[in-house]
Amino acid sequence: MSNRPIDSGRKVAPSPLRRRLQTLAVAAACLAAGAPALAQQAWEPTRTVEFIVPAGTGGGADQMARLIQGIIQKNGLMKQPIIVVNKGGGAGAEGFLEIKGAKGDPHKIVITLSNLFTTSLTTATFDWTEFTPVSMMALDQFVLWVNAKNPAKTAKEYIEQVRAAGGKARMAGTGARQEDQIITVGIERAAKIKFTYIPFKGGGEVATQLVGGHVDSSVNNPIEAVAQWRAGGLRPLCVFDDERMPYRTRVTADMSWNDIPTCREAGIPTDYLMLRGIFMPGGVTPAQRDYFVELMRKVRETPEWKKFIAEGAFNTTALEGEAFTKWLTRAKDEHRTLMREAGWVTR
Amino acid sequence: MDELQSLLNGFAIALTLQNVLLMFLGIVLGVLIGVLPGLGGANGIAILLPLTFTMSPTSAIIMLSCIYWGALFGGAITSILFNIPGEPWSVATTFDGHPMARQGRAGEALTAAFTGSFIGAFFAVVMITFLAPLVAEFALRFGPPEYFAVYLLAFCSFVGMGKGSPWKTIAAMMLGFALAAVGMDTVTGQLRLTFGSTELMRGFDFLVAVIGLFGIGEILQTMEEGLEFKGRSAKIDARVVWQTWKQLPRFWATSIRAVLIGCWMGVTPGGATPASFMSYGVARQISKNGHNFGKGEMEGVVAPEVAAHAAGTSALLPMLALGIPGSPTAAVLLGGLLIWGLQPGPLLFVEQPDFVWGLIASMYLGNLVGLFVVLTTVPLFAAILRVPFSIIAPVIIVVCAIGAYTVNNAMLDVWLMMLFGVAGYVFKKLDYPMAPMVLALVLGDRAEDSFRQAMLMSQGSLTILWQNWLVGSITALALVMLAWPFVSPLLARLRGARAAQQA
Repeated sequence: MSNRPIDSGRKVAPSPLRRRLQTLAVAAACLAAGAPALAQQAWEPTRTVEFIVPAGTGGGADQMARLIQGIIQKNGLMKQPIIVVNKGGGAGAEGFLEIKGAKGDPHKIVITLSNLFTTSLTTATFDWTEFTPVSMMALDQFVLWVNAKNPAKTAKEYIEQVRAAGGKARMAGTGARQEDQIITVGIERAAKIKFTYIPFKGGGEVATQLVGGHVDSSVNNPIEAVAQWRAGGLRPLCVFDDERMPYRTRVTADMSWNDIPTCREAGIPTDYLMLRGIFMPGGVTPAQRDYFVELMRKVRETPEWKKFIAEGAFNTTALEGEAFTKWLTRAKDEHRTLMREAGWVTR
Repeated sequence: MDELQSLLNGFAIALTLQNVLLMFLGIVLGVLIGVLPGLGGANGIAILLPLTFTMSPTSAIIMLSCIYWGALFGGAITSILFNIPGEPWSVATTFDGHPMARQGRAGEALTAAFTGSFIGAFFAVVMITFLAPLVAEFALRFGPPEYFAVYLLAFCSFVGMGKGSPWKTIAAMMLGFALAAVGMDTVTGQLRLTFGSTELMRGFDFLVAVIGLFGIGEILQTMEEGLEFKGRSAKIDARVVWQTWKQLPRFWATSIRAVLIGCWMGVTPGGATPASFMSYGVARQISKNGHNFGKGEMEGVVAPEVAAHAAGTSALLPMLALGIPGSPTAAVLLGGLLIWGLQPGPLLFVEQPDFVWGLIASMYLGNLVGLFVVLTTVPLFAAILRVPFSIIAPVIIVVCAIGAYTVNNAMLDVWLMMLFGVAGYVFKKLDYPMAPMVLALVLGDRAEDSFRQAMLMSQGSLTILWQNWLVGSITALALVMLAWPFVSPLLARLRGARAAQQA
């Protein structure tokens, strides 16, 4: 609340401006960047911005947050410094509750993963509607992986193998009652089979356990498993999306991400994508939100970001404003249905 | 010798003037980070990471890894001088390092610790140089049962340490397990023992407990004993380094054991902390001077320091070769690699040889530079003990509070630190050992996770702990360690009896 002249614009027309800015934000997302309205920036951070990661160090969300931090600092996109703070306690509840408690504080942002929904449903201590959505940065894919020594070359063959094992086949994943286990339950339902699900603390650990042959399969994100795939330790069977990944550059000697069939094609009708989005606490002004919407848009245009997204084979859907809100509402409902069916929540 | 060729190439890359200057800068920053409790290597590197984005990846990693070495060296300083471990792996260093400082032998203890660190790191780098692919292969053999067996071994090799009543050791250990259980349970995804409190969700941080138990507890005790440091009379003399070096070769056997333990724990991501505890425990049981451990025995400083550094260094190997970080610091470094566009994993050695060998060469040089830097500071740090207690104690408490706060940016942790401080004082008065509690707090939840993962894998059968030679031999070794304190007096008596017969 400084006495900057530009602040006066906000005082004159609070609510119509808000609507106009929202429309503009959506319009700008559809068109290319550089819309004229964005030239007039009404607010910018006045002290260090805290970037909360509701997960531990080294995981997918943490990597992305540190990359965003690096891009912002390297390219001088923000005058104030930005620091990454990990608050992963209680499957992320710790970080989300901090954001919930920081109502109206524009110097805090949070990166979300699926625990925005899963932890919200299991602990019932917060809901995404209590935060201010900034933008969806990308969606993370999930791929069904087996050890390269496994004789199963396709998802179908692997499913038969699991059926023959009668529930003893080991599926490794990150955490319990989180995205990896949701997908596992999805496969079990779609193919009418049973796994022994073994939770680990992080995706990197899961990939290593699979290479070491201690478990039979995983649903690692591409970025968590790509190094082992290229080194010939893992084999991808199918991707949990309704269409193939668009990346046609060779990753291994003879395969690109695009060569991996969808699980639907392979006869397992189930899909799942994970949100990688940015939120602010509730109760911030539209101008404050728009600052970060614009900042994140600039981040997505840098070559560093594009390289990261291509290497991790992310789904590049990026949403803002209305479209993002709609997506969030639907995603929460889907998670509620999935988790209720699995018997993990009664609400 | 392909490796030697590549290594020489690496030295050529690392030995530019700019890189050597970055090494010095990194070491000095690292030592400072290591000295401030709470601001651990991981946090320090995370804060300094953006500084390096404008450098070439090789220069950047050289500087960051030197910060890491510096922090490893620096952790020992406060452990020895004030009984405050700046890093988790320095806890075992306090057991004998601090008593030495109280006897006025701070300079000797520091020199022994630094030299031990150097030896540990050096051998670990040699191992990385020549055995990297082999060792990475070996690390892959570790699944949940193997991990559990390793943790079990760490606990068992430590049980022999209990000097007093075994029941007190067990009570302290159980308390540690209970504290480790607080928070989210990995296997079921349920919250445990949080009583609806948000603050408790993240569980008890090891550093907060250690800063309180050791640091604050020590200050409380010193206050009772007359507001004065015992080490005040310490002779400050530059020759102390040389004199200590003359004694060190005696500990060659201990050092070899410590290097082996350290390398092994670093590669199987057990990490530096269990390595240092285990090495101390083993040294205490095997050494001739075992009964003097805890009273200021130099061997008790060398054993954990050598192992911690061997482990800390070899922890970088799984990160580079497999993309799994062996420690939180390594996890942050991993983030750095990704930003520089490098993909850690089995192909890093093939695709980025300049980077990898530059890094390995910088490990040799960085440690040498590190040893030089810290040894020159020995008299300086030892002189801190001459500052009157009434001045330095408040400073220590403030630094501790800041350290506890920075771990999670939470005020509750500062109160917890105070509480642990009182607990530490009470523990000492009642003669309960703190080390088993600390060990259980660090490894408790990891051991629990891997045990339950193993049980899921085997559908609840304990035979999984003997399913192959690897896990079977570790488990068996753990049981032998557990029984050792009972077996060794029997053996001694047998031997004594035989000697008596012969005589």
